[in-house]
This record gives sequence, structure tokens and C-alpha cells, in this order.
Amino acid sequence: MNKKMIGALAFAAAATSFATVSAEGRSQISIVGSSTVFPFASVVAERFGQTTSFPTPTIESTGSGGGLSLFCQGVGESTADITNASRRIKQSEIDLCASNGVDEIVEVLIGYDGIAIANSAEGAELELSKGQLFLALAETVPNPNGSGLVTNPYDSWSDIDSSLPNVAIRVFGPPPSSGTRDAFVELVMEEGCQEFDAISSLADSDEDKMEEVCATMREDGSFVEAGENDSLIVSRLENDPNALGIFGYSFLDQNSDKVQSVAVDGVQATFDTIADGSYKVSRPLFFYIKKAHIGVIPGIEEYVAEFTSRRAVSPNGYLIDRGLIPLSNAEYARMTGNVENLRHVSL
Amino acid sequence: MTDQPLNAIERMATVKQERMNARLKQRYNRERRFKAYGIASISAGLAFLAVLLVTIFSAGIPAFQSTFIQLDVTYDPDALYIDDASDPEQLRFADFDNAVRQSLLARFPDVTGRNETRALMSLISTASGYTIRDRLTENPDLLGQSETLWLMADDDLDLVLNGTIDRTLPESERRVSDLELTWIDDWDASGELDRRFNTTFFTRGDSRDPETAGVWGAVVGSFYTLVVTLALSFPIGVAAAIYLEEFAPKNRLTEIIEVNINNLAAVPSIVFGLLGLAVFINFFGLPRSAPVVGGLVLTLMTLPTIIISARASIRAVPPSIRDAAMGLGASKMQVTLHHVLPLALPGMLTGTIIGMAQALGETAPLLMIGMVAFIVDIPQGFTDAATVLPVQVYIWSDSPERAFIAKTSAAIMVLLGFLALMNLLAVLLRRKFERRW
Repeated sequence: MNKKMIGALAFAAAATSFATVSAEGRSQISIVGSSTVFPFASVVAERFGQTTSFPTPTIESTGSGGGLSLFCQGVGESTADITNASRRIKQSEIDLCASNGVDEIVEVLIGYDGIAIANSAEGAELELSKGQLFLALAETVPNPNGSGLVTNPYDSWSDIDSSLPNVAIRVFGPPPSSGTRDAFVELVMEEGCQEFDAISSLADSDEDKMEEVCATMREDGSFVEAGENDSLIVSRLENDPNALGIFGYSFLDQNSDKVQSVAVDGVQATFDTIADGSYKVSRPLFFYIKKAHIGVIPGIEEYVAEFTSRRAVSPNGYLIDRGLIPLSNAEYARMTGNVENLRHVSL
Repeated sequence: MTDQPLNAIERMATVKQERMNARLKQRYNRERRFKAYGIASISAGLAFLAVLLVTIFSAGIPAFQSTFIQLDVTYDPDALYIDDASDPEQLRFADFDNAVRQSLLARFPDVTGRNETRALMSLISTASGYTIRDRLTENPDLLGQSETLWLMADDDLDLVLNGTIDRTLPESERRVSDLELTWIDDWDASGELDRRFNTTFFTRGDSRDPETAGVWGAVVGSFYTLVVTLALSFPIGVAAAIYLEEFAPKNRLTEIIEVNINNLAAVPSIVFGLLGLAVFINFFGLPRSAPVVGGLVLTLMTLPTIIISARASIRAVPPSIRDAAMGLGASKMQVTLHHVLPLALPGMLTGTIIGMAQALGETAPLLMIGMVAFIVDIPQGFTDAATVLPVQVYIWSDSPERAFIAKTSAAIMVLLGFLALMNLLAVLLRRKFERRW
């Protein structure tokens, strides 16, 4: 009996290695990239699988940078067809792609995503300016009692401005690997720091120093890197009414009973304020198509058509229900024009 | 006079006795305390386990129920834009959501305007359009007729019914508006809502809609991955163990091999993922996200565990058995295959199953080879894109929709169920084959 068992296992091993050899061509679209675009792309992929005869694409959530580096590995079945990004592609990435034979990349702008700054619904309603956020979160800030720059001395919000509550500064946010973090630094920190003469005056004398001061978050425990998982940040806010959190707008939208938005420069993060541009902390979402794969991997054109269709991304589209902020009509027209002509991206 | 020294001796003896009693008492106390520490640490462990299980089960139970809404659906050719229901092209472009919308509006004739219609549509699952399509595809004769169907409700409606969404909150802090609540109550009062066991959860793959998301895709993916892992790691591991224990000469080389195997058992699993990416995908060109690559990577990860446990169980076979077989003229190979291996097999199987259980719970190495992905279709073979159970748990825990919290816990329950089954199998096999000397 034991002999038989060993025989059966050996047979199974042989069968597996045979299956390994007979790996055939890929019929599924392979998508990689940003975790922010992931929820939208997966809705489209699921619909695409349900309503067409093509198999449902596979989507990996690798982060924008990770996705682009996978995407730029080359042309061929073992590389991704499409990558999602919550920021624009960089020239260095276009060059990397080109050096691996990925000459033509089509850029598709699908909409915007707001970055919400929120606290527990049980906490006080807050209103902060970008400058105050910068003072609360930067490593180095202008010296409050004199000139020059000092290591961040602020422990509680009331130290920054006496009208703010007297509670310790504690902010949960994404780690540097996240596109949300990049966007927060760019949209809040780098703009907030310009409100201070001690920093903006550096623009002429020492620009590198200025960029470093503006972009470096404090690491003394007031800003807590809470990991890529946004729902984790929401549940931590629930348990700590004095803390703030930084995460994608869709998590605010889905958890409106647990967390409330903090107004930035007087504007709350709501669907309307993000869509009309009055809420400034929002960023564009993209995906990039490898032109060489169109016609090779079946269904890419149809998938792109579904993603860019009015029923998906127009103000009444099903992605808007999931928290995507739609494009303006002019942007939509430009985007569909790019897609129709499969225009190579140019920065 | 003579009593004097005796008394002194007696006194000394009592003092000694007392001291000894005190020491003895101390020793007993120490033993009692030691036992108490042991009991305390076990109860602390059990308490943590209980808290874990209670949290997971209480959070996961709602996921096993789903709500259905009774609706009179009319297969109206004008609403669907179909003339001939047997034409697959027309079916593909038909507007089944419109049929759902019309039947919802027929149920609530007061609803007017775009926003109210959208709110009403949001109460029913987006999959209901596909349900109607599938009905019509199977029975083309239904076109132009009506029938009563139970259609799946949206996850928000589920959350209202099971109390996750608190109806006492002010409307602005609630995902479901007052108007939507009145519709839900109206349905509920007239018996048009039905809560059923959620079979979808056990029959479908992943989905972005919590009500249609299931673990079956991940279960099948885990199965294929583990088949590959078992088929490779068991024969290789056992063969390596037998060679090292029974045949290999004891020299510097085998010592180095031994040290390396023990070291490999402690290597973080993500490293195997990186290796898999470099070797199996980039060099051999195997497909990304495929169970065959996942199985190969997990084989590398479980091999050291299996080799170590197999060697230990070979070593536990008494030398007298080998000597007796040798004495009767058996060859080295006969001794090993006929006598040592059958006796060592229960221990090897236990080690293998524990290695498999470890592999079942692993996500880190799979991240690198693309198995941490959104995959809807159920994998049909070893090279189809697939994901595994722990990855499914991870993906759901990261989704914004509230209903996925319950799904996450439910998927953990399924995973724990499989782990318990595998461990039970290990115990049974050991019971069945174990021999004592």
C-alpha cells in the first residue's frame, strides 16, 4: 500500500512537470499598478468579463512605481499589457520603457481622486490650512520665536494656532511607497511650506534645501506611517477621536458614519468640491497601454473602450458611484481622442 | 546530668527538623508557583485564541447570509432592445439593467426623477442584470413575458438588515438615505425580502461587489498550488532525507549540505518569491500569476521543513530493525525501502502535512510572482491565473466597501477550516500508521 502511495505521488509529480512544459499563450489581459486605481480598474474588468466573450483581466495591485517598472520590462506575453498609475509617468520611466523595446505607450486619463484628511466622527470638526498642516507634519519648520529653521517643536495643535484644540498632534498616513503619500507631499506639504517666508526665500539661495524641507515628514511619532491599508487607518481613527488620518476619498465616502472630513483651506472633501476643483488636494488617475500588445493579446481595445466609455466615467457612470471624480468635458474629449489615435505619450 | 547532652542533641535535631520543614515548605511553594505560571501562560494563550476566534466568528457570520428581493420582471423587447432572444449578438448589447429599473419603478410608482431612480437602483445588486440575461439566454421564449424572480440585493441593504448600518444615526452620517430605508421597510413589511444562506460565497470567484464576491476561485487556486507543492516537495524531500540518513558518507560536503538545509528553513519566505520571479518567470518564461509557479515557489519554501522532519523520523527507527534485516541478508536498499521507510512514513507524513499547512497560509512569496491579484474567473488548470485563500483575505481587508469586513472574516474562517482539516488528517495518519517499540 505504501509502495502504491509513493508511486501515485511520483506520477503526480511527473504530471505536474508536464503541465509546466505545456504552458500556452496568454488569453487574459494582464494589468498591474496603482492601488488607488485598483478598485476602479477591477470594477471595469469584472463588467468587461461579464459582458464580453473575453476572459476577465487579472489585476495586480503593485503601486504606481512598481507597476510601471513591471510594465517597462519589455514586450511579450510574460509582461503586463496595461499599468495603472495614480501619478503621471516620468521621463525616466518612458526612457526605461524605450530601452526595453516598449516604444509606444498610450496614456489614458480616467479621472481624479481626492485625498481626504479626516478625523473620527466623534471628534471635533476641524478646519486647517495647508500651512498649518505643514507646521504639524514637517520635520523642519520656521523657528516660531525668531528666524531660521528648527526641528519641529509643535506637540499639540494649539501650539500651532491658539484657535485649534489643545490635543496632541497625531496623524496616521501612508508610507513613502504609496502614491497617496507622494500626492499628499506634493499637494499639501510643498504648497503649505511656501506660506512661510523663511522657506520660500530659500528658493533663490538654496533650492535643494527648500525641496528637502518641504518634502520631509517628521519622524518623532506625531506622524505615524500606518501602512498601505486605508481601512486600517479608518479603524484606528474610530478608536482615537483626537487623531487625524490621510487616505483616499473613496474610504471617506464609504465610512461617512465613522469619519468626517477635515476642511483644508476652508473646503471640505466632498464629491462636488473635488469635482469642481475647489478642494485642492486631488490628483489625476491614469492608465498606460502597451501599444505593441494591442491585437496580440485579445480584448485590450475592448477593455479600454469599456473603461473610457461614458457609462463608466461620465458624471453618471458606474465608476463615479465608487468614488472616482469625473473629467471635465474638454478633458474627456482630449482623452478619447488620444485613445482613438493611440497617441504615444509625451510629457 | 546525663540528660543535658541528650537534650542538646534533641534540641539541635528539632531545630534542624524545623529548618528542613521550612525549606520543604518553600520548595513546595516554589513548585506550586511554577505550576501556576504554567497554567497562567496556557490560559493567557487560550484567552488570546478565544478573543481571536470570537472576533473572527462574530464579524464573519453575517457574510454567510445574503438578501434577495422579489421582483416582477418583464422581458420587454422595447426596454431590452431585443427582437430575437436567440441571437447572441443582440443579447450581448441588450440593456438588462433597464429591465431591472423598469420592474423596480413598477414596484414603486411614486419614484420619479433621475436621482431617486439611481437611489432605487443602488439597492439591487449590479449582478441582477446578468441574472436576467442568463434567464433569457436559457429560455428565449420568455421575451415579451413576465415572471417573478428573486434578485440579489445590494450589500448596503444587507448591512441595514443585519444592523451594521445604524438606522438611528442622522441621515447625513449614514450611507443609506431615509428614502431608501422607507423602500427597504416597505419590501420587508410585504414579505418581499428573503434572507438566505449565501451560496454565492462558496461558488464564485472574487468580485468588486461584496454581495457577489466568493472564495471558490481562491479555494481552487489554493488547491492547484498545493497539488504542485505536494507532488514536488514530498518525493524530493523524502528522497533527500533517505539519502542523507542512510546512504550519504559523513564528510565535510554532507555536513555543509546539512547546515544549509537547516538554514534554509529559517529564510524569510519573501526571498523564495524573489527567487521564483527571477528563475521561473524571467528565466524559464512560465506565466505570471499561475498556480504552477506558486507551487514551485512554495516547494522551495516547504522542502527544508519536510527534509528535517523526514530525517528525524528515519533516525527514530531503531537500529535493531536495520541490523535484523541486514542479518537476514537484505541489501541496503531493501532494508531502507522495505523496513525503514514504512516505519518512518507516519512521521514523514506529519511533517509534510504541517509543511503544506504552512504553504496554505503563505502570501509573501506569492506577491512577487503575481498571485496577489484581482481574479474573477475560476482557474481551470495549473497555468491559469489564480489567487489563493490568504491573498483573498488580504485583498478584501483592503477594500473600501464596508461589507468586505464580514467577507474578510468569513474567508479567514474558511482558511482556518482547511488548516484544521489538514492538521486532523496529520493526527489520523499518525494514529493509523504509528508503531511503538
